[in-house]
Amino acid sequence: MATDPIHQFQIIDLFPVAKIGNFEIAFTNSAAFMMLAVVGLTTFLVVATARRGLVPSRLQSAAELSYEFVATTVRSTAGAEGMKFFPFVFTLFMFVLTLNMIGLIPYAFTVTSHIIVTAALAITVFLIVLLYGLWRHGLHFFNLFVPKGVPIYILPLIVAIEILSFLSRPISHSVRLFANMLAGHITLKVFASFIILMGGGLGAIGWIGGILPFAMIVALTALETLVAFLQAYVFAILTCIYLNDAIHPGH
Amino acid sequence: MSDGPRGTGDRNEPPDDEAALSARLKRLGNRLAQTNRPSENGSGPRQTADLSGFARGFRLSTELVAGVIVGAVIGWLLDRWLGISPWGLIVFLLLGFAAGVLNVMRAAGVVRDRQLNDD
Repeated sequence: MATDPIHQFQIIDLFPVAKIGNFEIAFTNSAAFMMLAVVGLTTFLVVATARRGLVPSRLQSAAELSYEFVATTVRSTAGAEGMKFFPFVFTLFMFVLTLNMIGLIPYAFTVTSHIIVTAALAITVFLIVLLYGLWRHGLHFFNLFVPKGVPIYILPLIVAIEILSFLSRPISHSVRLFANMLAGHITLKVFASFIILMGGGLGAIGWIGGILPFAMIVALTALETLVAFLQAYVFAILTCIYLNDAIHPGH
Repeated sequence: MSDGPRGTGDRNEPPDDEAALSARLKRLGNRLAQTNRPSENGSGPRQTADLSGFARGFRLSTELVAGVIVGAVIGWLLDRWLGISPWGLIVFLLLGFAAGVLNVMRAAGVVRDRQLNDD
């Protein structure tokens, strides 16, 4: 049993898939868990909506609840017009939520604790905002960077700052999710290793004293469940806020 | 009140109380829509109200750091490409810091310029 807190984030190649140049593209444990999340989610939604009863079954009301939840978020942040992005936001929210929740199961791999995954999602959102904004509003989209009512002599400075602020979005968007998951899982692992250390070093007294870190783990797991949900929600709501800028460049 | 002499006098729609009723229904519908979805067209409060303190603090700090990182990277790349060694980094670090502060203020809901002059 590895007490190294970083060990849980190791990528393991399961089997090779393809070879591009000198790069071996392998099916990793990360890809396996993503696949598991997608298959699980699809099964859940297909099964839950198969019967479409007027009086919903438990599964169906869970699916309806998740629909309502995301739809309210999209409507309240991106407006009614933002609903055309609902499928995208819903997919993103459910995918991140499922990955976060799967990561809480002991011995499972937390895909969202790798920045490359969250960065890929954030960059997708960023590019969609940019391309949709340009397609929809043309060059008028760049009015996003030109606030109204600013004196002309400081306008270049403000525009530069606004552009940098816009470019920094995918970074804060991805780092937030990644760092929360990483930090939470390391904390859990460190407290778990305290039990082993105390038990191994002090014998019976150590095992009894180990109740304290164990209680901490129980509390932290509850907290992590909340964080897993909250971060998926924050990821979705920020996506909506950014999409809102693409739909209404304002000013 | 709606079927008083004033109501029948100055309107040429024959079923006056019906028109008044439909107007009232419409107003009620509008008000309900407003209370249910306070920001229908993206002009409502943008910050998420029920974040825990930790999540909120974390969000604000990443906003600041992200701005500084973007400024530093752009400045460094400009230095390399244009050979203007310290100046790109100096200028863009400062701009990035300003952008980070702007991000934080937006995230905290201190400046809400997007909503004030919404069209």
